[in-house]
Amino acid sequence: MTTVATDAPVSVPGQSRLRMAQVLFGAAVCLALAKGMLPDALIRLPDSWVVPFADWFNAMFNFMRDDLGLIHVTRAFADGLDWFLDVTANLLYGKNRWPRIGPIPWSVIAATAAIVGYALNGWRLAAMSGLTFVWIAVMGQWQWAMETLSVILIAAPVSVLLGLVMGTLAWRSARFRAVLNPLLNVAQSLPHFAYMIPVVVFVGVGPKAGAIVTIIFSVPPMIRMTLLGLQKVPTEVIEAGQMAAATPWQLLRHVRLPTARTDILVGVNQVIMQCLAMVVLASFIGMPGLGQKLLQLLQALKIGRSFEIGITIVLLAVMLDRCSKAWAMKQPVHMEKGTPWAVRHRLFLIWVFATVVLWVLSLIFPILHEIGRREALSLAGPLDVAMDWIIATLDPVTQWLRWFLIVWVLIPLRDGMLWLPVSAVLVFLMSVGWAVGGRRSALICLAYFGLIALSGWWDRAMITVYTVTFSVFIATLIGFPAGIWGSRSARRAKTVLLVCDTLQTFPSFIYLIPVIMLFGVNDVAVVGAVVLFAAVPLIRYTIEGLRGVPDAQIEAADMSGATRKQTLWSVRLPLALPTIMVGVNQSVMFSLFMVIIAAFIGTQDLGQEMQRALSSSDVGKGMVLGLAVAFMGLMVDHLVTVWATRRRKALGMG
Amino acid sequence: MTDQKPVISCRNVWKMFGPQPEAYLAGLDPSATFEAIRADGYVPAVRNVTLDIARGEMLVIMGLSGSGKSTLVRCMSRLLDITAGAIEVDGEVIGDLSERQLIDLRRNKMGMVFQSFGLLPHRTVLDNVAFPLEMRGQDIHTRRARAMEVIELVGLGGREDYFPRELSGGQQQRVGIARSLAIEPDIWFLDEPFSALDPLIRREMQDEFLRLQAMLGKSIVFITHDFDEALRLADRIAIMKDGAVEQIDRPDRIVMEPATPYVAKFTEEIEKARVVHASALAGPVNGLSLSGVPVDGGKTISQLARLLVNDERAILPVAGPDGGVIGALDRQRALDVLFGEAQ
Repeated sequence: MTTVATDAPVSVPGQSRLRMAQVLFGAAVCLALAKGMLPDALIRLPDSWVVPFADWFNAMFNFMRDDLGLIHVTRAFADGLDWFLDVTANLLYGKNRWPRIGPIPWSVIAATAAIVGYALNGWRLAAMSGLTFVWIAVMGQWQWAMETLSVILIAAPVSVLLGLVMGTLAWRSARFRAVLNPLLNVAQSLPHFAYMIPVVVFVGVGPKAGAIVTIIFSVPPMIRMTLLGLQKVPTEVIEAGQMAAATPWQLLRHVRLPTARTDILVGVNQVIMQCLAMVVLASFIGMPGLGQKLLQLLQALKIGRSFEIGITIVLLAVMLDRCSKAWAMKQPVHMEKGTPWAVRHRLFLIWVFATVVLWVLSLIFPILHEIGRREALSLAGPLDVAMDWIIATLDPVTQWLRWFLIVWVLIPLRDGMLWLPVSAVLVFLMSVGWAVGGRRSALICLAYFGLIALSGWWDRAMITVYTVTFSVFIATLIGFPAGIWGSRSARRAKTVLLVCDTLQTFPSFIYLIPVIMLFGVNDVAVVGAVVLFAAVPLIRYTIEGLRGVPDAQIEAADMSGATRKQTLWSVRLPLALPTIMVGVNQSVMFSLFMVIIAAFIGTQDLGQEMQRALSSSDVGKGMVLGLAVAFMGLMVDHLVTVWATRRRKALGMG
Repeated sequence: MTDQKPVISCRNVWKMFGPQPEAYLAGLDPSATFEAIRADGYVPAVRNVTLDIARGEMLVIMGLSGSGKSTLVRCMSRLLDITAGAIEVDGEVIGDLSERQLIDLRRNKMGMVFQSFGLLPHRTVLDNVAFPLEMRGQDIHTRRARAMEVIELVGLGGREDYFPRELSGGQQQRVGIARSLAIEPDIWFLDEPFSALDPLIRREMQDEFLRLQAMLGKSIVFITHDFDEALRLADRIAIMKDGAVEQIDRPDRIVMEPATPYVAKFTEEIEKARVVHASALAGPVNGLSLSGVPVDGGKTISQLARLLVNDERAILPVAGPDGGVIGALDRQRALDVLFGEAQ
């Protein structure tokens, strides 16, 4: 049905659509050129036009908090959550709370992780999971890592449960789905900080606030995957259930949900990854753990130490990702008849045995229980030396690059963006919208940016726009050729995709470490981090698009005598372009998120204001800024989706 | 083999897909063509179908994809609600049943096999087969024992702990068949059960199916798009086109006397001698003087070919199943069927 909706503007003949777009583009250029003669209102909206959205949001939140008494609800929920958090905190790092068993020796946790890894996907995953925890223990980061994990351990299941319930409800009721869908769209384009401010207001700061913000942030993908999974269950399986005379509830419980298992578990994987990303960032609202440590060390420019923590976060991310993916992909296998109980439950018995032995040993050898500061290894010394050397060697290059970028690119670009009259930008966006999807898209573009203009944050927004545009441009220059290179052979594609997958599991925060190391704390570092972060989806989708071209078409091109280059330009790229554009779309989203996160190392855009809103707990301002960022993302998303859908249809690819 | 009262009886059944099917159908000109209805934005998947299925009979519904055959069988099992008309199962109008009654009906009387098997991927063969019994609330021991029985019946003994993914297509469909038989249904719906299988396996499964049917003697509605399969299995065949039944009759009669040009197109390529039985071709005795050894009426003309060519009698007596003479076969007519009409 959605395709029908997007079809409506497309049915306008392409010719007249482009004509209109040209006229609008001309008008935008005229407006820009004639800036000197324009009335002030067309250059920047007068203050009296600015709508006090922030006050409205504040009024609404205050009403909900005080008059509706929502704060009691949230506080009660938070306290309930706190109890669970105390349990994991006790088990993992020995916080003095019920059940007062912990801390569990690190050796037992490492062994457990290894056995879980083995059960899910064999020796390699076992080694990876086990060694991750050995590394954490040996590097003396146990306490922080466990603080982080203890929150994930609670937040992830709660998110999964919430997502399952809401996804099922959305699947049951078309009306609920209609309300939920746009909300999810906005929620998934809101930058992380926008979630934190209301949580600070409603819950306060600390681990429970961290857990709650993590839950809220990670629920949307679970809802989506549950809905998708339930909708994908083959009709015949459901009919088989109906003919087996299952009641609607039996049908859901025994037929639909189990059949949707893989999609639901992919949702679980996404929840876990989002949780990790958010829990690290939640250090901004006083969530202790790896994130907080990293933030402190980065701010103190202790490169070696922050690099160590970076490795830990990366290891944890990759491990959690691999394990949950392996779980999603794992298919049931039968046991031969008459297999004894002990063999059927071999891994469980091994786990019990290992736990008992290691626990006893750790009582005898305390080093297996806890590795103290003194015994812990650290690579920080040599790392710092190496880093200093690298930085010193590269310094002429980085210095020059920094100077060149700032003086010749970034500042002129920024000044240019700020110079442009509001009216010219809006008319220009309308022309783009019209070219892509006719009047409807033009109006959508106008609405999104018009609201940003009305919010009064236009200049800040333009700085964000210029950073993102420039970064995505550079990312395309890197990602596109890299993707073409990577798609040459099936083997290379597989390797590069694996690298991209791994890079995508890293929490966004991690990308800041190398750029700060190289460029210090300034705009260039921000652009660098955004480029790194945004290039990954581009490479990935370029490869997927190019490899996804059907063999028949390539063979036809080969048999027509096309050279490899001709095949690439005339067959592969045109067919891959819709997929590649999805990559561009994601790349823009990632850039927006990254620009906002990078704000704490000093930018003058929306992100900086967001940080201020966070430190002053200004919900209204935070929401307005968050929505401004979301609207940018949603506009790009709309344009790319409309374009790619039409293109796919034209190519007969569904 | 028939009983007076039909097991399933469809009376002027319509199934229309579209925005407001009931209202549209009420105002529809009865002579409207399929194309005209499509042009109005409706899909008449089943058009004015009237047919009966006798107890113990196997009715094969044959048609190309989009002819409405799968929709019709889903109406009979009320997986879909019909737009107009009435369907009775064992004398009960199933459209009037409450959800509870419908569930009871399915729990006790109906089994269905699906084209792409419709197995539950997370359950073993045993648990898949036991699923309908579990829904019925039988305890684990009874339902496992019964499931094992049916698994043995379809020849999958020893594979009960496998997961569907670990089985071949033919074996998966055996699981589907076993599941549909677990509750001992009176009525057995099979929706293109063998279409997803390789030709060789398909043949094997058809034999297996005939063996089971000979043992169980259920009332069967079998859907297929394969005319050969229909001829091979059916007591009666209903040929559907654009949602309507073109002809419903015994295989011999469909082959010998196609009712419409559409049906004739299917029968053209068929080797009639392999389908037509001597009994169907035989005329009434009516005082004809018959002599000599009678031919077996249950054999096809092609099976009798050698005898027909060598025999010199102009009229041959035909014997029924009990050995008594039931008709007279014109040898020339039989030879025409065998070799094609003389030019």
